[in-house]
Amino acid sequence: MAASVRCFLRSGKMMVRDALNQAMDEELERDERVFLLGEEVAQYDGAYKVSRGLWKKYGDKRIIDTPITEMGFTGIAVGAAMAGLRPICEFMTFNFSMQAIDQVINSAAKTCYMSAGRQSVPIVFRGPNGASAGVAAQHSQCFAAWYAHCPGLKVVSPWSAEDAKGLLKSAIRDDNPVVFLENELMYGVPFEMSEESQSKDFTIPIGKAKVERQGTHVTVVTHSRYVSHCLDAAAVLAKEGIECEVINLRTIRPLDVETIEASVMKTSHLVTVEGGWPQFGVGAEICAMVMEGPAFNFLDAPATRVTGVDIPMPYAKILEDNSLPQIKDIIASIKKTLNV
Amino acid sequence: MLTNFSNVLRVCAQRNGAAAVVSARTYADFTTQATFEIKKCDIHKLDEAPATQVVMTRDEGLKYYRVMQTIRRMELKADQLYKQKIIRGFCHLYDGQEACAVGIEAGINLTDHLITAYRAHGYTYTRGGTVKEIMAELTGRRGGIAKGKGGSMHMYTKNFYGGNGIVGAQVPLGAGVALACQYQGNNELSVSLYGDGAANQGQIFETYNMAALWKLPAIFICENNRYGMGTSVERSAASTDYYKRGDYIPGLRVDGMDVLCVREATKFAADHCRSGKGPMLMELQTYRYHGHSMSDPGVSYRTREEIQEVRGKSDPISLLKDRMLSNNMASVEELKEIDVSVRKEIEDAAQFATTDPEPPLEELCNHIFYNDADLEVRGTNPWTTLKSVS
Repeated sequence: MAASVRCFLRSGKMMVRDALNQAMDEELERDERVFLLGEEVAQYDGAYKVSRGLWKKYGDKRIIDTPITEMGFTGIAVGAAMAGLRPICEFMTFNFSMQAIDQVINSAAKTCYMSAGRQSVPIVFRGPNGASAGVAAQHSQCFAAWYAHCPGLKVVSPWSAEDAKGLLKSAIRDDNPVVFLENELMYGVPFEMSEESQSKDFTIPIGKAKVERQGTHVTVVTHSRYVSHCLDAAAVLAKEGIECEVINLRTIRPLDVETIEASVMKTSHLVTVEGGWPQFGVGAEICAMVMEGPAFNFLDAPATRVTGVDIPMPYAKILEDNSLPQIKDIIASIKKTLNV
Repeated sequence: MLTNFSNVLRVCAQRNGAAAVVSARTYADFTTQATFEIKKCDIHKLDEAPATQVVMTRDEGLKYYRVMQTIRRMELKADQLYKQKIIRGFCHLYDGQEACAVGIEAGINLTDHLITAYRAHGYTYTRGGTVKEIMAELTGRRGGIAKGKGGSMHMYTKNFYGGNGIVGAQVPLGAGVALACQYQGNNELSVSLYGDGAANQGQIFETYNMAALWKLPAIFICENNRYGMGTSVERSAASTDYYKRGDYIPGLRVDGMDVLCVREATKFAADHCRSGKGPMLMELQTYRYHGHSMSDPGVSYRTREEIQEVRGKSDPISLLKDRMLSNNMASVEELKEIDVSVRKEIEDAAQFATTDPEPPLEELCNHIFYNDADLEVRGTNPWTTLKSVS
């Protein structure tokens, strides 16, 4: 209790990292099968301090520091899940999950199906995903499209502190493998928390998007950090009389295509915004799904994707800034789509 | 006089074509148990080795014989069905290695845990699967142990985590199971098997590190059958002392063709683990008669003479049979009866496996998730929506 009160800033807001911390704390307390493992999660309090205080409270058995051996510890986490525990496996960033991706896909995602439902794998893989600031090409990749491609996984991408808390609690309680994509640049961002989010049983369902801002002229679909960018762009456009409906996906797989379609049938225009690369990405999938469904006939213009630039992430600030969607890019793309 | 009477009975039985139970001698004539001298294990970072004088009871012997024979005949039947194209895809057969699966199971409990790679039919059986559901899985029928969804490499039972297709991936998984045992404090242990080919995988060394660091109750077992697919151990490993490859983890090199050797070594390792000392490594020196899989004739990288020599001198079933017969623990007829009974079980299972229907198409999308709401799955085109139930 003391820890969660402390998490509230003087403004009554909570930072994303503290919301994640609270979610894990509550779930560790609720179910003794839950445990956290990863690099620096215990004695260092987490590389990004997301697991601060947890080792002190729960000890070595529940909060485990691993050596720098992703393939090995991810396999160990999956095996522990198969044998009845409920691990939270942290990747210091999702870039390192590539070393372990076989365990995530072949050992975790596919097992329930291959065993015809006999063997479940209740595991959460979590960590920061996508671009950070100045960490260059090998540490900046977005894995949303990679993991969301695979049946057997659920892929979640929270934006706000409330998203983070509610979705992480759902992910931990889910009996299936969940890939939980956080964002390092969002960890320190404070958000208002609703009354109900303070309950220890507060969860947000996986697979439902949220309309963050109602609008009538264009549907803007996005996830993670870019929800902030889209809301900022929407505020600017509102001054020009353009009302954007901003949809925060919250979950990448399964994609809440119904919410998107209902919105497109209202606005007749669709713009997707993401940090990941364009080809075969989240935006590409949304466009394809909308084309195949009832909303297509309502479109007055082809859908537009706003994405990261199709290059490995450069280091220099000016280059990095221009590798990712900026608010001005979103505004320009929306106007172009609306032909204004 | 008793002998004459028995002989008469036997002759009568033969005349009547009776398949069964009249033995030449009564069970009271058999030795109930005997002590056997077994090969000493090579040890690594250990002060003592498993015992070389071991006791086997008649009942144990008969059980090991039956189980090994069942695995043998089941695998040979699978060979047949594969050649008839009734089994498709991958099929990695275990004949020759039976003493490993049977010996290991004899050294642990069913409440312990086990995981292996794709040469898994034998283990699926020793861990509690029936021949019927194993064969029906191979033929892809609804009565298969994974309802036809998994196939040869993906069979599961209680405390048996498959059947794994990706070489080496099962080893960290097995250590994870051991972590769960330690976490839950249930005094159970986890056996993780891998082959000589997999033994060079990096993730296995990552696993050794964590298992030793955290003293996990894990037994790592390398089934060294001398060939990783078509590559001999000499051509793939800088060090072929697989029992030493765990470095700081104590190891044993065991005669994998002798079920008693395997059993003794497993018991030794299990005691070590259960006492909280951490993991142990075992290398079982064994041999597969078949090629790597049914696609591999198995004679391009080894000679037929070599295969014949192993069959002639080291066959695990023959070894056990000779031991039992020469120690008066069973009769030739009794063992033949077991053979007949096993053959029948396999025939019945094969009959089921070839006549049971394939899984219904309605099941196509089921079991993607566990304990989850029903969901809709896109079919091959936008107008096909399929249902998935967990």
